[in-house]
Amino acid sequence: MSGLLTEAFLSSLLTGAIVAAIPMLLAGLGEQMSEKAGVLNIGIEGMMLMGAYLGFFVAYETSSLWMGFLGGMLGGALVAVVMAVLCVWLGLNQIVIGIGLTLGAEGLTALLHHFQFSRTYPRLPAPERLDIPGLTDLPVIGPSLFGRHLIVYLAVLAVIVLAALYRRTNLGMTLRAAGERPAALDVAGGNVLGIRVVAVLFTGAMAGLGGAYLANIGAGLFIPFMTGGAGFIGIVLAMLARGRPLWVLIGALIFGAALSLTTALQVAGSNIPTDVIQMLPFAAVMLVLVLFGRRAKLPSALAASYERGAR
Amino acid sequence: MTQAADNRTDLSPETGAGIIGVHHVTKRFPGVIAVNDVSLTIHPGEVHVLLGENGAGKSTLVGILAGLQEPDEGHLTLNGRQTRLASPADSLEAGISTVFQHSMLVPTLTVLENLTLGAPWYQRPPRARIEARMAELQREFALSLPLDAVTGELSLGQQQQIEIARALLRDSRVLILDEATSMLTPQGAQELGARMQKLVQSGLAVIFITHKLAEAYRFGHRISVLKQGALAGQMGPEQLGAMTEDQAVDEIVRLMFGRESGAGTAEQRQSSARDETLLRVEGLSTQGDADVLGLADVSLSLRAGEILGVAGIDGNGQKQLAEALAGQRPLTAGRVELEGADITGASVAQRRRRGLRYLTDDRLEEGSIAAFPISENTVLKDIGQPPFWVNGVERPSRIAQHARDLIAKFNVYTPGETTPIGRLSGGNIQKVLLGRELSGEARVVVFNKPTYGLDLQNIEASRRRIAEIAGRGMGVILISTDLDELMALSDRIAVMEGGRIRGVVKNDGSGEALRLRIGRMMAGEEEREEQPAPDERKETTA
Ligand SMILES: Nc1ncnc2c1ncn2[C@@H]1O[C@H](COP(=O)(O)OP(=O)(O)OP(=O)(O)O)[C@@H](O)[C@H]1O
Ligand SMILES: [Mg+2]
Repeated sequence: MSGLLTEAFLSSLLTGAIVAAIPMLLAGLGEQMSEKAGVLNIGIEGMMLMGAYLGFFVAYETSSLWMGFLGGMLGGALVAVVMAVLCVWLGLNQIVIGIGLTLGAEGLTALLHHFQFSRTYPRLPAPERLDIPGLTDLPVIGPSLFGRHLIVYLAVLAVIVLAALYRRTNLGMTLRAAGERPAALDVAGGNVLGIRVVAVLFTGAMAGLGGAYLANIGAGLFIPFMTGGAGFIGIVLAMLARGRPLWVLIGALIFGAALSLTTALQVAGSNIPTDVIQMLPFAAVMLVLVLFGRRAKLPSALAASYERGAR
Repeated sequence: MTQAADNRTDLSPETGAGIIGVHHVTKRFPGVIAVNDVSLTIHPGEVHVLLGENGAGKSTLVGILAGLQEPDEGHLTLNGRQTRLASPADSLEAGISTVFQHSMLVPTLTVLENLTLGAPWYQRPPRARIEARMAELQREFALSLPLDAVTGELSLGQQQQIEIARALLRDSRVLILDEATSMLTPQGAQELGARMQKLVQSGLAVIFITHKLAEAYRFGHRISVLKQGALAGQMGPEQLGAMTEDQAVDEIVRLMFGRESGAGTAEQRQSSARDETLLRVEGLSTQGDADVLGLADVSLSLRAGEILGVAGIDGNGQKQLAEALAGQRPLTAGRVELEGADITGASVAQRRRRGLRYLTDDRLEEGSIAAFPISENTVLKDIGQPPFWVNGVERPSRIAQHARDLIAKFNVYTPGETTPIGRLSGGNIQKVLLGRELSGEARVVVFNKPTYGLDLQNIEASRRRIAEIAGRGMGVILISTDLDELMALSDRIAVMEGGRIRGVVKNDGSGEALRLRIGRMMAGEEEREEQPAPDERKETTA
């Protein structure tokens, strides 16, 4: 096995882990806010895919990754608007609508891509990196941790900012009240539907950004169905994290590492059968669920719509 | 908004400048007219008591004033101007603070967070300000709260204090208390009464809803009685001032029930206790923490046909005792024996099958599933059991029949057995749960505040049923904060304080003297009588 522990192997493992973790992290942070507020957002996979498509399209047309990220957030948020109107305002079933949105976005993005690019998959130029002098030159961890695009650091910053907001302002308490006992928030003069709409839109934007990252940085191109369940893993992360953004980050890194191990092992050419290797991420999901599934504590009013004065 | 030109003619008989006017308000729900053409004026400087049977429409009227519901007909005025209260925020804005009948706290948040709920999300919790205001409340009203405790872990009585504190913190002009004393001890209720007097002296208006007529007379300046949604009568300050308590109570009972007072203070029931011991509890202890008391070395015994009352100020371990007996709370020490068999390790379901029943005081959260029809709720604890399930197949017609019998027998006021239980008024939910616990082969029944929130007639009926249960040879543990109830029903009364039994006294009918003895123990004074021998194994600190 010593052949595996080469510098190249470890470096590509770490790099891959981070590239794979960022979209799940962003989706997980978004989903976390929405679940806190009592909205189970199963449409997140669709929001991510729409973000990937629109993010790529805008970046391709404008040749600007940042415009692409903005486009991705917009794409995710657009799908989230549908969710907010149907599930929060009209009180329709969140699970049915969520599944519908995911399926719808899958079809729509594949179709749009086909119209625009037919069978070709144009690539974006390699992203510019934020080289931190000194740190980037470190062996193994240097290029994988410190030679990344700025958006990676912004994503990690988002963890800190959200944790601070939840802890230090009334935001966390308002979200939790909306998810735990919306009537209590309502009679205290809070705006249940308002905070839920905000949470759903935030989820859309975060998932869209995650999708755009996946397309523009991770792959450099858009392929239909490219999110491959990253949004759903975001839901799992949010449920396991018990409302703590830091746990979403840790979870995303674990799943990211499992995913990247697949590629890294293949690159290293080990003699473990590829079928077994490709099972790894899924085995990791199951292992984590078995080990920590009991941690998950969901808000009482999750997935229940709120209607004032109903008994 | 248009100024109501004709509001003078709209006002109720004894008018004057009111803060709030309710003008010919009607509110319908599918199958019921909850409020029927009601007009009222709420005056500053007055405690306005709303009385009425379960389901009379009191809480619906409160909901309208709190902005939860809008009237189907009629309108509201604020300081003489016609107003819409379209949301709770509008109502708060108008200076109306409400403590609802059912808890409106978020159990997973801390007390402080519940006090600040509704503040803009981007602000920081105003901890220092709240602490300062709480200190004021403590001075003025003797209200003190553990700000960092998780709300759901406090007793219901303490939770109610949070809601009252929250309403007081808002500096409102009108305070609505919907059955705020139902969770309080007589002394707690007295304190609340004193608080209300202070508030009205400073020019506020208080709307106070209760089922206790003595409270209505003592705390109220004006009393309005609702009957099946309509205003059945009103007594103003002059009228009340000219009456003695007994006269007033007679008049109210006449308005509410259309008959002369038959309620009065119940006679002490004839004992039906036999020698056979049904339940023996030894050295029961549970884990406590900063906010929830643990039980310490609780020992009790209960004979067939006996009613053992458990007295105590709310939050002194009564709920923990009930839950430990029902098997819902893990023990750290002790032993429970039912009819000679050790059931210490038995599950909730096993205990229930053996005939140990528990009627919770937390009807909506723990006792029932609000969205399920009444029928399903009546068999909630028998899922999978015959005759309602046969070989795993549900028998809806048997369940429905069972529910209809129960509704008839317990006088539940509902459109039908398919109505979701959450739609019933508080008292009617209680009746369904009572009926559920008494069905089947019950041996020992643990009641936790069984008559809380019921109206006079239903209280009487429930007490009669509890006495009947004992009469049929079952054992009853009756936990209550109402001393009159305990003294009317119990053979013996155990007094709980600080998670332990301070003493068990025989209910020898010595009236006022007994009351004083119990009161002393409730305050923590030791008194031992016919207690089982003290347990040597335990080294708990006294
Ligand atoms: N949201 C609702 N949907 C359907 N029915 C309702 C609703 N709210 C109240 N009701 C019905 O309206 C009637 C009045 O109920 P309300 O809760 O106002 O009674 P109450 O006087 O407060 O009784 P209690 O003393 O038992 O609390 C009841 O028959 C109740 O079932
Ligand atoms: Mg009520």
